[in-house]
Amino acid sequence: MSFYSPVITNAAEVARSESLHLFRYVEDPDQYKVETFEKHGGYEAWKKVVTSMKPDQVIAEVKNSGLRGRGGAGFPTGMKWGFVPKDSPKARYLICNADESEPGTCKDRVIMERDPHAVIEGMAIGAFAIGCHRMFIYIRGEFGHCIERMEGAVKEAYTRGHLGKNVYGSGYDLDMVVHSGGGAYICGEETALLNSLEGEKGLSRIRPPFPAIAGLYASPTIVNNVETLAAVPHIINRGADWYKTMGTEKSAGSKIFSLSGHVKRPGNYEVPLGFSLKTLIYDEKYGAGIRDGKKLKAVIPGGASTPFLTPDMVDVGLDYESLQSVGSMLGSGAIIVLDEDTCIVWTIMKLIHFFRHESCGKCTPCREGTGWLEQLVTRIEHGEGRPGDIDKIDDLCGNILGRTICPLGDAAVMPIQSAIKLFRDEWQYHIDHKKCPCPNNHEFK
Amino acid sequence: MILTEESVKAIKERLKQYPQRKSVILPALTIAYRQVGHLSDEIYQEISRVTKVPYVEIAEAATFYTMFPKEPRGKYLIQVCHNISCALLGADSLIGYLEEKLGIKKGETTPDNLFTLISVECLGSCATAPMMQINYDFYENLTREKVDAILEELKAKA
Repeated sequence: MSFYSPVITNAAEVARSESLHLFRYVEDPDQYKVETFEKHGGYEAWKKVVTSMKPDQVIAEVKNSGLRGRGGAGFPTGMKWGFVPKDSPKARYLICNADESEPGTCKDRVIMERDPHAVIEGMAIGAFAIGCHRMFIYIRGEFGHCIERMEGAVKEAYTRGHLGKNVYGSGYDLDMVVHSGGGAYICGEETALLNSLEGEKGLSRIRPPFPAIAGLYASPTIVNNVETLAAVPHIINRGADWYKTMGTEKSAGSKIFSLSGHVKRPGNYEVPLGFSLKTLIYDEKYGAGIRDGKKLKAVIPGGASTPFLTPDMVDVGLDYESLQSVGSMLGSGAIIVLDEDTCIVWTIMKLIHFFRHESCGKCTPCREGTGWLEQLVTRIEHGEGRPGDIDKIDDLCGNILGRTICPLGDAAVMPIQSAIKLFRDEWQYHIDHKKCPCPNNHEFK
Repeated sequence: MILTEESVKAIKERLKQYPQRKSVILPALTIAYRQVGHLSDEIYQEISRVTKVPYVEIAEAATFYTMFPKEPRGKYLIQVCHNISCALLGADSLIGYLEEKLGIKKGETTPDNLFTLISVECLGSCATAPMMQINYDFYENLTREKVDAILEELKAKA
């Protein structure tokens, strides 16, 4: 078996493009080696930053670029870095969040496996910007290959002088630790990640204080997603103005979309933000349309925690604002495509099972609510729903939304609320006829 | 001692990387799991002695995460992703097929202790579904033919 995920990427298109950059070398089998990475211009941005720039200049450049967090929340990266207090006597920490586990999302894994030095370089620049001398990457424990890859890359980076004491003679010391998780989706939420990295259970923390003020070991801490950090060296090399030539006014740059489900060509595709969802699903270069000549039924555009879109809504730009305007979210950029044979209640049953399993149990509405929701949805799907169940589900959702410390509760209910709003007849059919009306023939070949 | 000298050394190496020793808990549990194949109270005690982190804190963390089970498992732990992207492409029927091939139900281990079959949450292989992880290796874009070949290969290796 291969070390790499066999996932399809649009690396060839990215290599031809003037502006797309994240996937430029991901199909080069040697890109993970430091020599190859350097040959492709790697670590030049880091060298420039640490030998000739001031932290404030780095923050300003990233702020001006309009780069926003690619993990799901879309928070402006430069602004986040700017929240770290300049006068704190405590150590500061930069953490790369590589706990990729939102169902549908499979992009960070590819970057780490195939271009690990890009992540290290981005992290190093972020670390310098906030005055951090020991940075961590928190990789989900299941990603054995990524962990091995990153550990190998970190060793190489030390050997070549990109990390360690007095980097490039600049006087700046920077160490990096590869930390593996223990299998818990919640640790992708930044405060749960901090607890987990401290050796605790992965329970989320109440904010404030925000991690930028009191995060890891109660010290100022910045947590950024893998893809976010991988974009940073390019912004330094080519400038904020170049980065803004891609995307829309408020959603600058490019983004990797993980396209999965019933398309002919599932894969990871880097496109500018604002790119048409319809094109991504139907164009031969990307998804190439729905499998087996079927029709589209629905799309989950941003990972398992985002509201559904119906076929009449897919003519929309893939950016934070456009998806919000049709009632959904860009999230992690995980686009899950459902064909006409797929039951919405069945889909929700799969989703709520996940969130029930992954709820950390700290907040009662989420811990208890996701369990009740799973029971109700499962009984409806199995033809055992009772009159009033749909309203009960809706009511439960309303009592979870916005009532939990971290967004897992919201994530669990938002797809359900939208599924009821958009497909209420289908839910009702299950209850009235005591059966599921959809073929749901998801046979593996 | 259950932990080998090598594991103890690896844990001590990891300990140096963290400003606070408690952070070594998950890495230490991972090292122990990789060596033994499961965790136990004795192993928690040993980790506690090596790291000087109280036993109760190790036990508390270990029981929260899915990757530190106390039950012994087969030589090959087959973990099939059952989340939405894999389910859309037949994860349920993949699990059924594996149950049939191995002659066990999900959650069980074959009598020869070779295979344990479980289903797990998303493993980040959504665009290469359906998939399974066997120990630390990912097997993606699965078909019946591929599953047959993988199982044969593992049986031959064992």
